[in-house]
Amino acid sequence: MASASSVRTPVAATAPPSGTVGRRPGPGVTTIIGRAAFWITIAFFLLNVLVLILAVVVQSFSYHWYGSFLPSQWTISRTWGSLNQLLLGTSLFQVVINTLEVVLSVILLSLLLGVPAAYALARRKFPGRGIVYLLFLFPVMLPPIAYVIPLVTVLDRLGPLSQTLGAVIIANLVPSVAFVVLVMVPFVEQIDPNLEAAARMLGARPLSVFRRVLVPLLIPGLLAAGVLVLVRTIAQFELTFFPAGPQNNTLVVAIFSAQQGTHGASFSIIACVAVIYMLTTLVVLIPAFRFIDPTQLVTQLKERPTK
Amino acid sequence: MSVAAPAAPGRGPVEPRGTLRHRLAERGIDRQLWFLVPGLVFLLALFVFPFINGLISAFTLAPAGLAGPIPGTPLADQGNYFWSNFTEFFTYTAGGNAVYRDSIFTTLLLAIPVSLFNTLLAVPLAYRMRGAFRHKRLLTMLLAVPLTLGPLFIAYGIITYLGGGGWLSHVLAALHIAPISWDLTRINSTLAVAISLVLSGFPYAFLLVLSYISGIDPNLEQAAATLGASGWQRFWHITAPLLAPGLAITFCLAFVFSFSVFPSAIMLGGVGFLHTNVIAVQIYDTIVTGNGDFHFANAISMIMAAVELLVIGLVLMARSWMYRGTTTGGKG
Repeated sequence: MASASSVRTPVAATAPPSGTVGRRPGPGVTTIIGRAAFWITIAFFLLNVLVLILAVVVQSFSYHWYGSFLPSQWTISRTWGSLNQLLLGTSLFQVVINTLEVVLSVILLSLLLGVPAAYALARRKFPGRGIVYLLFLFPVMLPPIAYVIPLVTVLDRLGPLSQTLGAVIIANLVPSVAFVVLVMVPFVEQIDPNLEAAARMLGARPLSVFRRVLVPLLIPGLLAAGVLVLVRTIAQFELTFFPAGPQNNTLVVAIFSAQQGTHGASFSIIACVAVIYMLTTLVVLIPAFRFIDPTQLVTQLKERPTK
Repeated sequence: MSVAAPAAPGRGPVEPRGTLRHRLAERGIDRQLWFLVPGLVFLLALFVFPFINGLISAFTLAPAGLAGPIPGTPLADQGNYFWSNFTEFFTYTAGGNAVYRDSIFTTLLLAIPVSLFNTLLAVPLAYRMRGAFRHKRLLTMLLAVPLTLGPLFIAYGIITYLGGGGWLSHVLAALHIAPISWDLTRINSTLAVAISLVLSGFPYAFLLVLSYISGIDPNLEQAAATLGASGWQRFWHITAPLLAPGLAITFCLAFVFSFSVFPSAIMLGGVGFLHTNVIAVQIYDTIVTGNGDFHFANAISMIMAAVELLVIGLVLMARSWMYRGTTTGGKG
């Protein structure tokens, strides 16, 4: 937030008193139409998203809902109360645990593998750097299903990891490691290498340079990268569905299997799982938005002005 | 000058020790490069190797009994194993439809318009929002919500909201436009998939375009205004050319996102209806509901990757042709 608004400050300083460029004394008709079109489009979009979420929530409390605007019979026991005899014989609790296990392992491991690599890529200009960079770009660009199928082929042949939660974690790590590298390289580049050099010159051993200089500077980036991996992993379907065996459902796969109707789950039960999925995401994400700007969900990290 | 830490990992011959290490360090090769190893080895072992393996597998025929996408289908050319999975993909027809080959066009006809729509709609909205105003952070956060909902929730929400007996059908019925059983996923499941892609893909494109527009130096527009340029002139002659390379990247990323659309294409087809025939659905059908021929599935995966890279390559090539100046900052 700080960075986005700071970009605009020069204008605010030099612009006419009213502030932004578009605004003039007495806005013209086109400006008013433009402004109205802007707010109507945004409101229309947000309204539809809201109604869509609301529809799923209402569905999750309905016993019978067809042909009327609201459910003719509401229930809690038939939907939320009977969730546990859900889906493929796996308990809902287990599904949530699986989801959290996968997401947390992927975040930790991808940071562990990706951050050192990003550090080396940011600090050293070595021959072949471009090729390595390109290699880390590919898993983010290719459709997940196009590399998970070959990966599952290999894992199935290897045996021990076939159809385990481990296979799910590995598959999700592939784009996550690459993503952490791509996100962290510009972030590390922003950190002044002179800080490390100064610490070394003052006699700090490599370990304490790392612990007392580098880690504190990296923490905002690590948090943001972790949140971004979380958002991508928790919603990722292909990389979970194909490597997982029937016992290793995560929430997204549970919604899919329930909706595909192979286990006779009612509409309302599916809605419950969808709501649980949404709540899980929100519970993890709302605190996370304290560390990152929503814009960072899609763009590169910008270091806070803490230098 | 170097630290008396653990002995240097065995790299290169020992004799001219100091000098060789020094020479390498001058080219950027020193012990810090070891940091690269874990991540690189991971990707080589679990991305590059499986991918090459998949490529080999795609050029290999499945064992007898698994051959062909549907049991009993004669393979196009038993004598030429090398290309058989690919000839199968491009020539196989069922009921007069080349289901596999057509899936490429279905995917492109879905992904390209949706990505264009998301990118182009994002431009005016982000242009309006480029300045600072009250509640801007709240607004961007609200727009980011569908991004975090994930494709599965959105797909299920569309079934509930736009499906038969959903709230939209009630509104349409109240307006005497359609009966209450009006169900978008039955009438046009591809449109339903496109809507799900707009819901989750538009915020993505919007946030990206917003960051590109915020990266353009506002002084340029200010200078043009001082010189008497109108709002439209400023947009077309200052902002648009500076934004174009960023838009190409946004389109590419939006395309990557919608090209790999998968679970919603199946969910919004409904049970027992014809799914929107995107390439990913053909992979799913081969492995899950078909006979599990991984060789053929690998071949489809390779074709999918190739088609996507081809489109991105063309867009990026057009970008470098049209524009040869500084970019507006921020890589994609």
